[in-house]
Amino acid sequence: MALLEVKDIEVYYGVIKAIKGISFEVNEGEVIALIGANGAGKTTTLHTISGLITPKVGSIVFDGKDITKVPAHSIVSLGMAHVPEGRRVFSQLSVYDNLKLGAFTRSDKDEIDKSFKYVYERFPRLEERKKQLAGTLSGGEQQMLAMGRALMSRPKIVLMDEPSMGLSPILVSEIFDIIKTISDGGTTVLLVEQNAKKALEIADRAYVLETGTISMSGKASDLANDEGIKKAYLGE
Amino acid sequence: MDFISYLINGVSLGSIYAIIALGYTMVYGIAKMLNFAHGDVIMIGGYICFTAMSASGNPWLGIILAVIVCTVLGVAIEKVAYKPLRQATSLAVLITAIGMSYFLQNLALIIFGSSPKAFKSVVPFEPLVLADGALTIKAESIVTVICCVVIMIVLVNFMKKSKTGAAMLAVSEDKGAAQLMGINVNRTIAITFAIGSALAAIAGVLLCSYSPTLTPYTGSMPGIKAFTAAVFGGIGSIPGAFIGGMLLGIIEGFAKAYISSELADAIVFGVLVIVLIVKPTGILGRPIHEKV
Repeated sequence: MALLEVKDIEVYYGVIKAIKGISFEVNEGEVIALIGANGAGKTTTLHTISGLITPKVGSIVFDGKDITKVPAHSIVSLGMAHVPEGRRVFSQLSVYDNLKLGAFTRSDKDEIDKSFKYVYERFPRLEERKKQLAGTLSGGEQQMLAMGRALMSRPKIVLMDEPSMGLSPILVSEIFDIIKTISDGGTTVLLVEQNAKKALEIADRAYVLETGTISMSGKASDLANDEGIKKAYLGE
Repeated sequence: MDFISYLINGVSLGSIYAIIALGYTMVYGIAKMLNFAHGDVIMIGGYICFTAMSASGNPWLGIILAVIVCTVLGVAIEKVAYKPLRQATSLAVLITAIGMSYFLQNLALIIFGSSPKAFKSVVPFEPLVLADGALTIKAESIVTVICCVVIMIVLVNFMKKSKTGAAMLAVSEDKGAAQLMGINVNRTIAITFAIGSALAAIAGVLLCSYSPTLTPYTGSMPGIKAFTAAVFGGIGSIPGAFIGGMLLGIIEGFAKAYISSELADAIVFGVLVIVLIVKPTGILGRPIHEKV
């Protein structure tokens, strides 16, 4: 059984139908990319999965539990973390306090300390800057903090929304390397990206979202070689 | 000696403003709304304490009951009046808050009547006489200042050290991101109202002990002044509420003593205007960053 199963969801903003009945699944250990143009509904899809928005129709099953109507704050402790678009770190709090908030749903101090160690190993820069206010970090560092914060809840799956947005090419590569190590560490990843090229490089499978529907899906390597995809999303 | 006694008066009045301002500033910081009914919760606290004390003669019972009733009232107001408007425009919330303020005043008018009640001070101590009678300090003043300082210290530590405090800071900055951390935003806002209203009850009891006339409109002016104090200090900031309250009390005290008691309020608000022109976010307010 899939770790995450999205079935025929429809999402409305007022009267506007933003997601027009999409279905997909994510298996344990996979990296799944959700690619598509601006306004295709990628962020809305992630918000719906993590409970910030409730779909009008359809269901979402995570780890065998129906979470369609479960509020966002209760989904975290089930093992789902969400790295939101634009990082949204708590800029007035220190790096350390941001990470600590990532572990908000947990209470075992020793285990939380282990998670700190785990995150600091992957993001040494965060340890160097742990006392600094998050708002004073560079864009790349903030992205690392947002990812580290998500890992602090020890998620089974991490949803990542445009982690490469607004970063320099070198940093983009670094962020994608980190996503790979997170995946290698056993965490399932659902990745939303406009940088389709990079996303398809690290993903196992991918879904192409087009104005609220899934227009294509398959193995990432197959999609990367598809002429239509190349033309529309890879700029070749 | 006169100067010192005016200063002490100002500081103790300022302490009351500061305690009230904490309620405004916490609710504003976390729920991003101005709870204009906050001043009237103070008045309700005063009436509850007065009624319980008249019936039992025990000031502690009065204080505890006032705190309990106001805490429940604050949470109920939030749930009934503000929570349904979480997605509404801030103007709708503001108007609802003003409506709630009048509702509480009229409720008090119906239950307790319009004739002023003579509140008996909850502080049983004699005034402190210093310098061979040249300086008299009311016991209420001392108790008020101690209460304010203790509340400040407890609150600052609560925000820094407790999990709920961390949740409040997170919600105040970004509700959506806070939810993604597993924080229950509605519950956090309810706790904020509970704390603010409990403080309002304490402020109400202190205020009525200090100036013992209690009417359904007792909370209104101190409420507005404390709101001013919160803006003065930088709304959203807890130490700002303390500094703003103190400054406001001291300015008001000196203005009353040395300039004119009729003009005192005008002077207080005049100073506020000047502060806001020089520093629009208040004394300890953070600069507002436009989101890009």
